Amino acid sequence: MTSTTPLQDSTAIEARQEQAEEAHGDFRLFGLATFLVADGMTFAGFFAAYLTFKAVNPLPEGGIYELELLLPTINTVVLIISSFTFHRAGKECRAGQLGASRLWLGITGALGAIFLAGQMVEYFNLPFGLTDNLFASTFYALTGFHGLHVTLGVICITIVALQTRPGGRISATDHFGLEAAELYWHFVDGIWVVLYGILYLL
Amino acid sequence: MPIRTVLAVFTATTVLVITGLWVGNNVNLLPPGASSNASTYDELFKVLFSIGTVLFLGIVVLLIYSMIRFRRRSGDMSDGLAIEGNLPLEIVWTAIPAVVVLFVGLYSYDIYERMGGMATLNDHMAMDHGAMQQVSVKEGDTAGRVWGGIGVSGMEAAPGGPVLPVEVTAMQFAFIFHYPGSDITTGELHVPTGQQIELHMEARDVIHAFWVPQFRLKQDIIPGQPTVLSFTATRAGTYPIICAELCGPYHGGMRSNVVVQEPEAYDNWLQQNTPNSTNT
Amino acid sequence: MTLASPSDFEDNLQPQGWLRYFSFSLDHKVIGLQYLICGFIFYLVGGALAGIIRTELWSPMSDFVSRETYNETLTLHGTIMIFLWIVPVVNGAFGNYLIPFYVGARDMAFPRLNAVAFWLIPPAGILLISSYFIAGAAAQSGWTAYPPLSLTTPAAGQVVWILSVLLLGGSSIFGGINFIATILKLRRPGLKLMMLPLYCWAMLGTSVLVVLSTPVLAGTLILLSFDIIAHTGFFNPTMGGNVVVYQHLFWFYSHPAVYIMVLPAFGLVSEILPIHARKPLFGYTTMVYSIMAIVFLGLIVWAHHMFTSGTPPWMRLFFTIATSFIAVPTGIKFFNWLATLWGGKIALNSAMLFSCAFIVNFVFGGITGVALAQVPFDIHVHDTYFVVGHFHYIVYGGTVFVIFGSLYHWYPKFTGRLLNEDLGRLHFLLTFVGFNLCFAPQHWLGLNGMPRRVAEYDPAFTTLNQLSSVGALLMAISTLPLLINVVVTAINGKKAGDNPWNALTPEWLTSSPPPVENWHGEAPLVTEPYGYGQHLEAKA
Repeated sequence: MTSTTPLQDSTAIEARQEQAEEAHGDFRLFGLATFLVADGMTFAGFFAAYLTFKAVNPLPEGGIYELELLLPTINTVVLIISSFTFHRAGKECRAGQLGASRLWLGITGALGAIFLAGQMVEYFNLPFGLTDNLFASTFYALTGFHGLHVTLGVICITIVALQTRPGGRISATDHFGLEAAELYWHFVDGIWVVLYGILYLL
Repeated sequence: MPIRTVLAVFTATTVLVITGLWVGNNVNLLPPGASSNASTYDELFKVLFSIGTVLFLGIVVLLIYSMIRFRRRSGDMSDGLAIEGNLPLEIVWTAIPAVVVLFVGLYSYDIYERMGGMATLNDHMAMDHGAMQQVSVKEGDTAGRVWGGIGVSGMEAAPGGPVLPVEVTAMQFAFIFHYPGSDITTGELHVPTGQQIELHMEARDVIHAFWVPQFRLKQDIIPGQPTVLSFTATRAGTYPIICAELCGPYHGGMRSNVVVQEPEAYDNWLQQNTPNSTNT
Repeated sequence: MTLASPSDFEDNLQPQGWLRYFSFSLDHKVIGLQYLICGFIFYLVGGALAGIIRTELWSPMSDFVSRETYNETLTLHGTIMIFLWIVPVVNGAFGNYLIPFYVGARDMAFPRLNAVAFWLIPPAGILLISSYFIAGAAAQSGWTAYPPLSLTTPAAGQVVWILSVLLLGGSSIFGGINFIATILKLRRPGLKLMMLPLYCWAMLGTSVLVVLSTPVLAGTLILLSFDIIAHTGFFNPTMGGNVVVYQHLFWFYSHPAVYIMVLPAFGLVSEILPIHARKPLFGYTTMVYSIMAIVFLGLIVWAHHMFTSGTPPWMRLFFTIATSFIAVPTGIKFFNWLATLWGGKIALNSAMLFSCAFIVNFVFGGITGVALAQVPFDIHVHDTYFVVGHFHYIVYGGTVFVIFGSLYHWYPKFTGRLLNEDLGRLHFLLTFVGFNLCFAPQHWLGLNGMPRRVAEYDPAFTTLNQLSSVGALLMAISTLPLLINVVVTAINGKKAGDNPWNALTPEWLTSSPPPVENWHGEAPLVTEPYGYGQHLEAKA
């Protein structure tokens, strides 16, 4: 076969990545946003299934379960507040206030943890289990899948918060990790609001 | 456009259309029809077959003609003409498929209506359609809902007295037919010609499908979803009932027969097989 | 490819030469070829399974393999051909190899994600196939996995199947994200969207479909696995579940999946035809808009697979009309291709023969497709061999023919050598005759009463089934000239030079095979990838 240039694969690829980023700005956020669209479609599928089940498949005798509203409503408020605190963390970071940013990230992570704890409390106090009926199964599938996302988000927040320490990967000029986590967190919150509306209010 | 081109295009199109019509009307790909909606179906088939033949032959002839006429002669390294598009032409061939498709859609909608497919079986407003009275047999069942396939086939062509209900149970790997009027249970469906039959179908385990090619009818039988299918047989004979939805290892063997008989012969069969009459 | 000298090896993290095709390479060209070779191996496996099916159907009795094995075979045949051969090759292989060239980049937007997406495929495929060799352990419910059947067949095989399809779906989504980001964000300065070769548009549309629809399948299969493992009742009617909801969600992915398999093929054909006909692609703009129209319509037609499932009449009407209208943008594309050929200087080489045969096959499949969209027509032929014939005309006669054509067309780019034309024409002849012999009779079988997925059938259908099996045998034989051709020419083929077809699309404006960084200098700005005829003087 014909010869190639002496440039090695690994160095070549790194070089061209840098070059691409220089020329095109940071397209990683765009990639993440596309992924979140895909993730959102998974939820959309679940929502569509839930709504169809609800419309078409009536529950067996005595199977209509009213959900307690208090705890999930508090959880909703907690999650919405956490979106604002994350936003604040991003703002501080871009302004170079890494310490303040870390503090706000800590608060956000704590709010996320509170949400998860609240979800656990709700799970243990529900009068039905996973396999009791169609509504119960869909309820656990939806909230569980969302809870998985929140858990992942809290882990990401922890990692990002650690990275904002002095000498960490995140700085006022280079903060892709933080922005990605923020976008993801807003997405998870948005999904929860829809889920809350469909599952608890409708 | 030179007159010769216009003439050539016109002649080619005419030949094509005539060929298509001839093929559609003379090439028979379907098994003999034995129900009142088979003839309606075959009418649609002929139209689709004709249109399809015209389009397919037209495109293939054009393609082969281009491949021969415009083939690259050896040694010729030049390019073809730099034509990048032609808006009027593109509008024409957007319009042609659009018109064809619109016609086919409306026509098949009409056919479907004539076959009784547009009747909403679980809609009580549709109850005054003659054939609907029996639907309520399953009311109060599971969801109180009846999904339907083809509903009121041959409404007009059912002079053979009241609708004959038959209960169909599909299971791995057999169909069981039960005649509620005379308490007959059988593995083979017997129906008289000219009378509207209404199958009340339920599946025990997995999804099955009830298909009689000669009736041009198919309906999935979905567990948890009682389904009504009605038809009027028109031609005596024995036709296969085939399960058309993969239902397990013996899916290929899940077959039965529908025996279509003249009303007298059917009455005979009914007499002989009614449990009371055979016991005494 | 020269091997790196020993001294270079020290700071070289990635193997060179043939070894890199077995490595976690980040080079889009290596990944593209990995997809191609891996996909072709799975094609042979899927073909062998088809061989088992056609052997079983030689006689009307179930006498070749057990009934359970037969159902496993047809399930794996469908799953492998779709998820491990066509989707990865027509998207992953050609997409990865070509898209960075077309947008003037040195790699995909996310090289690491790209490598991950590829390396999900072999384990998923091996997992799926290995289940076949443990008795009764492979999925038996068809590639559609309709519950409740998929809940009652042996659970282990079904779970393995779900896991494997989830991995492949993930791979597909990662690939889709990468293509969207590359096409929209990585174009070299000055390159506008409407200057891109049409394959970019096809891949953009395909990737949008992948990103929007694949996750829905993933979610559905997760629910299905809950039903199997945790005994929930989403799709289990005895527990109040609803099987039709599964069908809706399944087809919400699996109908667009047809376009995921076919749109890239449309794109590839749009590259091949102008080059070998020496004419600009006719109606570039309408081609682009028709791709968008197909993407949009493709998302809202899924329920035409469910006309006999007891869907309400209004739904049938809507889906009939929407499906029929896909014929309009598709028709535009075919007429535009014919117009591209008209008045050209057509080289009737293997790449072109496969592409022209694609037009014939796909038009046939498209016409039966419009017929199938009509509810009353579909009610008779749904789930019969008519449908089997129809979709093989679309995915084999359509996409696989294009894959072969593309192989002849781009092989010189991959290797710097031309494939042998005589063997290529033999390959084409065997494939074309075998394919039509195999699948054309199936339409008649379906119309006359042969349902799909059966191991036994009415003895009256024996002759046509045997004809079909002979066709399948020819198709199997047709891979031999291809394999011989690829192996022999890779070692000893005619040198192609950098641009054997005198093409204007960007991938031909660098050396063949291309350097690791794609361009020796700056990427060229190609504003008219189809400017044949007008650049005659400039090139001479």
